[in-house]
Amino acid sequence: MTLQEALLFVALPYASITLFIAGHVWRYRHDKFGWTSRSSQLLERRWLAWGSNLFHYGALAAIGGHVVGLLIPEQLTRAVGISEGAYHLFAAAAGTVAGLACVAGFLILIGRRAYFPRVRHTTSWTDVVVYAVLAAIIALGLIETIGFNTLGAGYNYRPTVGVWFRGLLWLHPEPQLIASAPLVYQLHATLPWILYAVWPFSRLVHAWSLPWQYLGRPYILYRRRYGLARR
Amino acid sequence: MKVRAQVGMVMNLDKCIGCHTCSVTCKQVWTNRKGTEYVWFNNVETKPGLGYPRRWEDNQHWQGGWKLDRRGRLRLRAGGQLRKLLTIFWNPDLPVIDDYYEPWTYDYHTLIDAPLSDRDPVARPQSQLTGKRMDVRWGPNWDDMLAGAPETAPHDPDLAGLQEQVRLTYERTFMFYLPRICEHCLNPSCVASCPSGAMYKREEDGIVLVDQDKCRGWRFCVSGCPYKKVYFNHHTGKAEKCTLCYPRIELGLPTVCSETCVGRIRYLGLVLYDADRVQEAASEPDEKRLLEAQLRVFLDPADPRVQEQARRDGIPDDWIDYAQRSPVYALAHRWRVALPLHPEYRTLPMVWYVPPLSPVVNALEQDGYEADPDQLFPAIDSMRIPTAYLANILAAGDSETIRQALGRLAGMRSYMRKLEVLGVRDQQAAAATALEPTEIEAMYRLLAVAKYEDRYVVPQAHSEQAQRLSELPGSCGLDFEGGPGSCGALPRPTQAVNESFMLGRRVGAGHRLVPLPMLKPGPGPGH
Repeated sequence: MTLQEALLFVALPYASITLFIAGHVWRYRHDKFGWTSRSSQLLERRWLAWGSNLFHYGALAAIGGHVVGLLIPEQLTRAVGISEGAYHLFAAAAGTVAGLACVAGFLILIGRRAYFPRVRHTTSWTDVVVYAVLAAIIALGLIETIGFNTLGAGYNYRPTVGVWFRGLLWLHPEPQLIASAPLVYQLHATLPWILYAVWPFSRLVHAWSLPWQYLGRPYILYRRRYGLARR
Repeated sequence: MKVRAQVGMVMNLDKCIGCHTCSVTCKQVWTNRKGTEYVWFNNVETKPGLGYPRRWEDNQHWQGGWKLDRRGRLRLRAGGQLRKLLTIFWNPDLPVIDDYYEPWTYDYHTLIDAPLSDRDPVARPQSQLTGKRMDVRWGPNWDDMLAGAPETAPHDPDLAGLQEQVRLTYERTFMFYLPRICEHCLNPSCVASCPSGAMYKREEDGIVLVDQDKCRGWRFCVSGCPYKKVYFNHHTGKAEKCTLCYPRIELGLPTVCSETCVGRIRYLGLVLYDADRVQEAASEPDEKRLLEAQLRVFLDPADPRVQEQARRDGIPDDWIDYAQRSPVYALAHRWRVALPLHPEYRTLPMVWYVPPLSPVVNALEQDGYEADPDQLFPAIDSMRIPTAYLANILAAGDSETIRQALGRLAGMRSYMRKLEVLGVRDQQAAAATALEPTEIEAMYRLLAVAKYEDRYVVPQAHSEQAQRLSELPGSCGLDFEGGPGSCGALPRPTQAVNESFMLGRRVGAGHRLVPLPMLKPGPGPGH
């Protein structure tokens, strides 16, 4: 393990996770008022219709793909009878669709933010940081999915990147595994830790507020002024 | 039966002079902040006209409020919970700010900073969204007093189907004002639309509020409200709405819009209602009978059984007493001259309106009738306009409801005219209103004389519980060094404070005025 590996593939992730958790606790306790999606639909709606839907649904699909790819070990998919070839084909196809939707949406959103002065005016510096990091991550991911896996010979990241990632979660980091991956993969695995570190201090917190509890909730809510909420 | 209390409002449209004082005072108190420049919790629209936001009443387009599905069940018009979650990244029914107007200010500095020139400097409009110069093409009350009406008024959704009858020519024109605040509905579709559960209706007084700490800016309340009275603060990214000035209401004071109403058109009072029957009333199949359905949800505060149940449901005794003196209950239920705004939205709104007689009088004069009150009553029967138009606004299109309310108001005028001019209690005129003479005179006092204490019958909130909580630590937070001193001597603000502020009288028994701190005149710049 070189010092560089230790810093980038062990220290950075753990520092980022710490900041991510502590930051969210702090934000939730001290800034519930600022906890919002910060929607700009009131200011512009046409571009947002395409941009927001493509980006969010594309990103959700891509996140789902990452969960499957990183958290589920190769042995497990092989055990249930999915060959590496079949897995690769599915991942490349679904990943390409999701990635392209996400990129198209992202470009529309960035274009919208730049083009419409009203929207540009609402942009904070944390937004700019988030967009820059996100743009880099998405671009690298697209190079992997389309450049390596769809058009190129393909790279099986599961024994290297996947094992390294799970090792981080189990407190058994193996940075030499990720260090053996192509540079694009190394970059794509490193940059998100910056995003996670910024996450609790940006508008990204709205991701945790997707209101599942709305499903099946009684429609009308009553509250007492001095007491607990009641139906 | 589950008894709850609701603070309701009635506005007497005949007396609204369209001065917008309510809007301005409301704005100065509540929405003179960044992000709410375009927001008017209270606004006054000219009818016929487009309203604010433009064409808000067209809920075929905006999809606000409730509807009945094919099996007669009550559903949000914009779709159910799953559909909301699927469209959460982009709400298909949300207005854009141009539907309200782009807020602007003026670059006043040029008036001061402009170099010496032959021409006077001009302050030009500047967008409050971008800070850039802009051309003002639409604004609040752009169509005030029918300004530009030949172009805009035909697009008034309430005129749908009446174009043949309503000719907006100069000689035939009519108008009235429609002041609007949040309806604080019994069946609020904004609350039902909020996926975060941030919106709620208060059990004690029915005021509908947004919890700013829980709102996540999903925007469905804005589109879900058929009255478009929930607004999106584009600076904070959260929803805001009329609070019915709850900090004032809790002290027994009228809302700011009511307090400052020049025409004295507003009434505030309690209505007791049966919370168990709200759903049933909102599901009434016939739109034209929604008014009756809502009136059946209201409970008679003088009925001993209602009082007993109210006490069991935790309503304080003085509130039951206030409910019996409520001008809102009297105008809506006892005399049936107040009507709900767009009952067909099925939200059971709680800000009601006494329909205006003046457009009828105007139209009659133009038809060659004299505006003799004695002729009004029979004449209303033959009127198709603007009763049909009023019916589209206040009665789900049922002209008969309007006719009855206007008939009663005209009858009251006729009766009172005979009483005032001839000194005669005319039984015939009284019979035409189907009210006892004492009732007519009471209605007249409330509508025409409209004393402050008769208009605003608002009980104080019972905050003893909260008071106790703050007393728990057993110390006073005010007797620090340089502080105002011991808590024991501090009187709590009471209704009396405001009464004396407004009228300089009536300091009720046991109430003390809070003295305002005196400012010591300091040395000015010249001393």
